[in-house]
Amino acid sequence: MGEFIIKMPDVGEGVAEAELVEWHCKVGDPVREDMVLAAVMTDKATVEIPSPVTGTVLWLGAEIGDTVAVKAPLVRIQVAGEGGEAAAVPMAETVTIETIEQPVEKVASPPPVEIKKSVQVAPVARAATQTPAERPLASPAVRLRAQEGGIDLRQVTGTGPAGRITHDDLDQFLARGAQPSILPVGLARKTTVEEIKVTGLRRRISEKMVLATSRIPHITYVEEIDVTDLEDLRATMNASRKPDQAKLTILPFLMRALVKTVGEQPGVNATFDDDAGIISRHGAVHIGIATQTPAGLTVPVVRHAEARGIWDCATEVVRLAEAARTGTALREELSGSTITITSLGAMGGIATTPIINHPEVAIVGVNKIMTRPVWDGSQFIPRKMMNLSSSFDHRVVDGWDAATFVQRIKALLETPALIFIES
Amino acid sequence: MPMKEIVCKLLVIGAGPGGYICAIRAGQLGVDTVIVEAVKAGGTCLNIGCIPSKALIHAAEEFEKVSHMAGNGGPLGITVEAPKLDLAKTVAWKDGIVGRLNSGVLGLLRKAKVKIVHGKATFRDGKTVEVETETGTQVIRAETVVIATGSEPVELPFLPFGGPVISSTEALSLKTVPKKLVVVGGGYIGLELGTAFAKMGSEVTVVEAMQQILPQYDAELVRPVAKRLGELGIRVLTGAKAKGLSEEGLALLIETAEGEEQRLPADKILVTVGRKPRTEGWGLDELDLDRSGKFVRIDDRCRTSMRGIHAIGDITGEPMLAHRAMAQGEMVAEIVAGKKRTWDKRCIPAVCFTDPEIVTAGLSPDEARAQGYEIRVGQFPFNANGRAMTMLSEDGFVRIVARADSNLVLGVQAVGAGVSELSSAFALAIEMGARLEDIAATIHAHPTRSEGFQEAALKALGHALHI
Repeated sequence: MGEFIIKMPDVGEGVAEAELVEWHCKVGDPVREDMVLAAVMTDKATVEIPSPVTGTVLWLGAEIGDTVAVKAPLVRIQVAGEGGEAAAVPMAETVTIETIEQPVEKVASPPPVEIKKSVQVAPVARAATQTPAERPLASPAVRLRAQEGGIDLRQVTGTGPAGRITHDDLDQFLARGAQPSILPVGLARKTTVEEIKVTGLRRRISEKMVLATSRIPHITYVEEIDVTDLEDLRATMNASRKPDQAKLTILPFLMRALVKTVGEQPGVNATFDDDAGIISRHGAVHIGIATQTPAGLTVPVVRHAEARGIWDCATEVVRLAEAARTGTALREELSGSTITITSLGAMGGIATTPIINHPEVAIVGVNKIMTRPVWDGSQFIPRKMMNLSSSFDHRVVDGWDAATFVQRIKALLETPALIFIES
Repeated sequence: MPMKEIVCKLLVIGAGPGGYICAIRAGQLGVDTVIVEAVKAGGTCLNIGCIPSKALIHAAEEFEKVSHMAGNGGPLGITVEAPKLDLAKTVAWKDGIVGRLNSGVLGLLRKAKVKIVHGKATFRDGKTVEVETETGTQVIRAETVVIATGSEPVELPFLPFGGPVISSTEALSLKTVPKKLVVVGGGYIGLELGTAFAKMGSEVTVVEAMQQILPQYDAELVRPVAKRLGELGIRVLTGAKAKGLSEEGLALLIETAEGEEQRLPADKILVTVGRKPRTEGWGLDELDLDRSGKFVRIDDRCRTSMRGIHAIGDITGEPMLAHRAMAQGEMVAEIVAGKKRTWDKRCIPAVCFTDPEIVTAGLSPDEARAQGYEIRVGQFPFNANGRAMTMLSEDGFVRIVARADSNLVLGVQAVGAGVSELSSAFALAIEMGARLEDIAATIHAHPTRSEGFQEAALKALGHALHI
């Protein structure tokens, strides 16, 4: 019997550590070669860690939420024959099964080093499954109620004999602190506090937001845009679209307008490395599209929007949004943007103050289109109006340039033919 | 002409205690359910296991009581003529009970609107099963499949079943009482049946390879059983290995603990060396489900390694007990119906219907210590119990194991006549998380054997009243 150590793999260029977000095995579990043991998350993507060997899990090196350095031991597996160690080979950077078959270099027979005697297999396995002391003490009826209510009884304090959890304890847990007796029926004071550990994507979002707002002095500029003509054009184009073309929303028009505008103002399609003091102006226009997913905000990237037609942009946005929502987006699809579009349009709201996607220098946000009365010089006429909320890194984009940029987009969106005219 | 495919939400393979309970519960919950059974509803338990063996054991017990009275009158003052036993009639009576229960199970299944298909099922893939019925091949497609194919007796390669070598199944349907019966395997099945045949007049020898009969129990629990085996004239050879049939005449060759070859003449040789999961002949290899040893590996929701396939009962491992399968079946049905359930049982009580009976629930003293508990143990003998005296069976005791720090009951064991009926009290105490004080403070009716349970708790607390 030997012991095989799996180390945190190199999960992407420049990534020194990753957060453990999921264990697919526990101590004592038998594992087979290629079985997924864990999932780790970098700020780019979720990566699955497969087992290079067949054996039994002896030890897990981290708890969910822990950040683990690349090359740090992650799992120890008891194997038949000689042990060894290897950095695990991450699976394709997605969470879906379909892509597991990506050409991944297998760890060829592990080098026979670090052979260790496994000393405590049996007690570990036994402790993990057998010790009733770790199980909360409760009657079957209480356990059933807890299961149906989705309550983890380990979190409930038992006040009964020997720490037994009673029905009353469960009631208390469900409405902790409620005092219905002194308050009118139907109204009750609630003093419950639910603590949620910030892990995974939520932690990434949290860190990025802090980085962006603490480092970047934002200037936000809101302008009103008459999109009546744009909406007419959009309706006409959609009415005659081919079956294989995705339905046009306002986004592809805005993307094409951005491409045109940054051609004239390259300082806005840039990233700013403030530590190095270098602004990189990008020839490519990789547009990040802020997308709400069940796990939280992610920003899939439409690469090379400058080389895509409007229909192509539309198709790509739909594809990426779906990939982001289902968690199947690849790592390179979630990074590398040079400018970002955010949209809360569907929710209403007059204006937003978008936060720049660090290290970019500009973000453009669309708001809800509303039909509003507009004075045309002699009368009020109904026009479709939309506010555009844009933020800029004021360290590298002056107010004047920001305004010029937005006014140029306004001109393109109000006379959409301009978007399609060759410069 | 091929039969029309059946499409259903839940397909249960095997109508033993696990399978039929699963199907009935699913039916009750409105799940569209089909159950397939190759032999007879009720499985091993009802047809060739628990129920028929208990019938035979009861008949043997009654016969032995009367024979005992006929012999020397006994202390009860009853005299009878020497009784006679017509085993064929006993077996017919047993078959009648089995028949009643068979149709009862079928009735319950129908009442729950479960479709019953008779025939042998084979997996085509994880969602599709082919059943060889009397009228042709029936294909059944299901969203969820529950494997409940059970277990079967282990055969010894050098003593294959057939002729005089029989398994428990044949032993339950003998037409005459064998004059000489050799039982290979001193586990609970071998001893239950061996005792029954001894009581019916067989000359019985038990051959056990281990150093103790009933090796899963501690010596203290086994002692009253061993004593009674002696009283019944049953010869027990421990540490002895069966070698095969003898060439001339009907006999079993064994090697004794001392290494001697011995010849045990026998009319029948009953092989009860354990049971194995029925994993062959229904396409398990096609599915490539993860195994745990010989068994199908399951998680705490009885899910196998393949999505949509659950497994319950003996195929999933020890303890191979009908009531475990039933609880698993019920849980799986509720999971299929969309309820949140996980296996959170504290104990699976086990009963051994020897003479006297043995009951265990939860941890024995040794098991508790092995798990690192500091324990206190209380034991109350039945020879201090009034009811036991009035029943002429004072052997045995109740033993209770509790944590030393909190007096939480970890396990209860008992050996004695009729103690199987105490198993519910023991299991309830453990499931409810009872402490010694709870049991000690519960009024137990007098005069009953159950007082022994209360007294054992009092003893563990240091103040037993009747010893």
